[in-house]
Amino acid sequence: MEITVTVNGAEQQADVEPRVLLADFIRTRLGLTGTHIGCDTTSCGVCTVLLDGTPVKSCTMFAVQADGRTITTVEGLRTNGELSAMQKAFKAEHGLQCGFCTPAMMLVGTHLLENNPEPSEDDVRWAISGNLCRCTGYVNIVKAIQAAAGASAGASATANDISGSAAGASATADDMSVSAAESEGASA
Amino acid sequence: MTTETIHQKFGPAEIGGIGHSVKRAEDDRLIQGAGNYVDDIVLPGMLHMTLLRSPVAHAKIVSIDASAALALDGVVAVLTGEALAGYNLAWMPTLSGDTQAVLATDKVRFQGQEVAAVIAENPYVANDALELIDVEYDALPPLMSPQDALADGAPLIRDDKDGQVDNACYEWEAGDKAATDRAFAQADHVVSLDTHYPRSHPAPLETCGCVADVNPATSHVTVHMTSQAPHAHRTLFAMVTGLPEQNIRIISPDIGGGFGNKVPIYPGYVVATAASLVIGRPVKWIESRTDNLISTGFARDYYMQGELALTSEGRILGLRVNMLSDNGAFYSDAQPTAFRAGLFHIVTGSYDYPAAHVVTKGAYTNKAPGGVAYRCSFRVTEASYLIERLVQTAAYELGIDPAEIRRRNFIQPDQFPYTSPTGFVYDSGDYPAALEMALEMVGYDEVRAEQAAARERGDATQVGIGIASFTEVVGAGKGSEYDIAGLRMFDSAELRVHPTGKAILKLGVRSQGQGHETTFAQIVANELGIPSTDIKVVEGDTDNTPYGLGTYASRSTPVGGAATAVIARKLRDKAAKIAAHLLEAAEDDLEFDAGRFTVRGTPDQSVTIQDVALAAYSNLPDGMEAGLEGVHYYDPPNMTYPFGSYVVVVDLDTETGQWTVRRMVAVDDCGVRINPMIVDGQLHGGLTEGYAMSAMQFITFDEDGNCIGSNFMDYLIPTAWETPRFELGATVTPSPHHPIGAKGVGESATVGSPAAYVNAVIDAVAHLGVRNIDMPVMPSRVWAALQSQAG
Repeated sequence: MEITVTVNGAEQQADVEPRVLLADFIRTRLGLTGTHIGCDTTSCGVCTVLLDGTPVKSCTMFAVQADGRTITTVEGLRTNGELSAMQKAFKAEHGLQCGFCTPAMMLVGTHLLENNPEPSEDDVRWAISGNLCRCTGYVNIVKAIQAAAGASAGASATANDISGSAAGASATADDMSVSAAESEGASA
Repeated sequence: MTTETIHQKFGPAEIGGIGHSVKRAEDDRLIQGAGNYVDDIVLPGMLHMTLLRSPVAHAKIVSIDASAALALDGVVAVLTGEALAGYNLAWMPTLSGDTQAVLATDKVRFQGQEVAAVIAENPYVANDALELIDVEYDALPPLMSPQDALADGAPLIRDDKDGQVDNACYEWEAGDKAATDRAFAQADHVVSLDTHYPRSHPAPLETCGCVADVNPATSHVTVHMTSQAPHAHRTLFAMVTGLPEQNIRIISPDIGGGFGNKVPIYPGYVVATAASLVIGRPVKWIESRTDNLISTGFARDYYMQGELALTSEGRILGLRVNMLSDNGAFYSDAQPTAFRAGLFHIVTGSYDYPAAHVVTKGAYTNKAPGGVAYRCSFRVTEASYLIERLVQTAAYELGIDPAEIRRRNFIQPDQFPYTSPTGFVYDSGDYPAALEMALEMVGYDEVRAEQAAARERGDATQVGIGIASFTEVVGAGKGSEYDIAGLRMFDSAELRVHPTGKAILKLGVRSQGQGHETTFAQIVANELGIPSTDIKVVEGDTDNTPYGLGTYASRSTPVGGAATAVIARKLRDKAAKIAAHLLEAAEDDLEFDAGRFTVRGTPDQSVTIQDVALAAYSNLPDGMEAGLEGVHYYDPPNMTYPFGSYVVVVDLDTETGQWTVRRMVAVDDCGVRINPMIVDGQLHGGLTEGYAMSAMQFITFDEDGNCIGSNFMDYLIPTAWETPRFELGATVTPSPHHPIGAKGVGESATVGSPAAYVNAVIDAVAHLGVRNIDMPVMPSRVWAALQSQAG
């Protein structure tokens, strides 16, 4: 079947078998390998892309169903050579470890902030609850998304440090102030 | 060793040495979707492989007919065990000295076992072809527990092995039986606990896979694979295939989480390589999630019986443990050769007593093989769980507070180095300090008072407080005692300082998300004063890195990190000679600090490490070898012993069995912290996986041998919504034998936390008589335990 999709701002035309999954199409036909595949059952969410601005799990959708629609993948987050606030915040807040869930988490976070510019910790946790992470315990993913919200609102990412997840922990609070005080290494 | 309660930062922030929360070098590509995971690799002419797996747990293979599959358009080849046998590849050795079927020839021994492989032009066709392969099975009774497998008259699972007459897999013991019997004879109290640590799976979000690329002209083999141990895998590939090792190159690219799952060699890697060799084109094999969960490296599945001998004051006199493990169809646990149940004999824990005896036994069953140390140093998780659950049980039986009974039995700071009753030499620790910090953070006395009031009132919602004061043993090994398949467990670092003062560090270990590209650069920065951002870290390519045993069992920092510090110091020694030459001063008159050599007493007489690097290639003392490069292989004198105390508070609804974590306080001591930000991140992940195992994550089977937990709808992994909030604390007790005093941290929280969560749940209902609920402590199990007490 002939389809036309707009991916990260560029119109793409392709002839695809009806059974080809959108995730496969994005990865193998378009060569955009930042979209990952982790479970095949819509459970883990690492294949998440934005379809007309809304997060969908591209491993359980056919490419032909995207005909005429607009897709944003992680490769589309950077604009005009500049990393997005979400990408910068994921690095600044150590929001990733192995990086496999990260593209999806950043896309879901981006969508969340478009609809809720100042999300609470619970808002963020609920928004990303369709996306699994095995490395981070979600702590710094939540921090990164909230920091990106702060950055978009004009505050610096680290100044908008969230200690909600560490209420009452003196040692953790110390750690946070240490990492906030140091802007070491290359900041994104 | 002195214990500190703050992180020490070494050197200026702009150099980014030890103790600084340097932002990660690896993030720049990963946040742009520009990582390079195995499934991202596409080679010209590449074919795709899928594996046909057994639908039954135990059956003879009567026949395999692949003719319809072969006739399908786009199918290039179908391989069976019979075909592999022609290359002597139908079986392969395991990491525990057993053999494992690559593709089944005689019978299948677990549901999901590899039976045939389809190689096709694309993965859709390959999957279509699987359904066209006709296999006739003659069913045999499945044995789904080690108890059943060891019962008299049980059918023999491993009839392929000469001399194997039953389903026993191994027996191993540690400690002193006679001394332990004496301790129990003197005891005022004996407290026991029987518990099962259920089968689990590491389930990294990236499944296992490879792209095997055999050059038909040269027969040189390149395998891009999800490997936590690429060098060891290269050697094992050479042994399995008979190919010359210099012609095998293993490349482990970005890895999407490992947690032990990517330590073993799986049949898929071998079959894909054989297929590429036979066909002459690259072959990609990527597991589906179900493939991953039903066939690769499971973890745990230990049935543990523990007994403590105690005085009436609650002093422990001895420990007796009987453990029975379920090893699945092939004994392919990943562990040091001499230790048949890994390092389970660390089970004596953080406590000082003279006698222990540990007897371990394993059984073959009709389950998947591949017992791996899931975020754990070779069965330390099971050991830590048993002793911490036992100590809490003893507290109840003797009427002593669970914190107080620990205080009475802790190994004291002045007792290190401490030789345990099973022979480990603990390097350093301050267990009371970690516990007291955790208790203070949680407000222990206040929560206990709240608990007492709720019990007094008979509230439906009860409060539980669980403590775990764990000790790990990580960083294997000492080469003379620890080896994998005969390869001693050293590790390596090669450091090259370039003329412009930038450097490249090549390692034998392989990160799967732990941040080696950042932390190992920090170790070099600390020693040489070259900014960590000027140091590129390379891992995972066997043609371009020095030999090492890989990353698992929290060994990268204790072993690879030590190798890095040592080689950096060796280069610094050479740099000092060059600096003396440049400054026309005696080497003994030089001071080195933050990347600058200065003539003592004359601060204006100095050269930087960058000046020295250039001179190493342009202006050397007479007779000195050029360059500023070197490699070091580090053989640790001992392992390291991270420790900590965790305290969990839960609220438990006694009418439904539902419980939620109100507080999770984790005080960890992993020695010197290279990058506190990354350490905290490791702890967050481990605390979450510990919660997962205690609350929801396990693999079980029905009586017919069907795997329950074969996808992420049945195998539950906590989302951000269920995951508790964590509060971290730290003490710092350096390892006395490690060059930078670090101990390793990647697994501490997974090792320590399951007992803390479960102890909290039990504590909420202990006053009602409940003493044990096996993990996961799901509401249904809590409710059933309460009903059985009420009845």
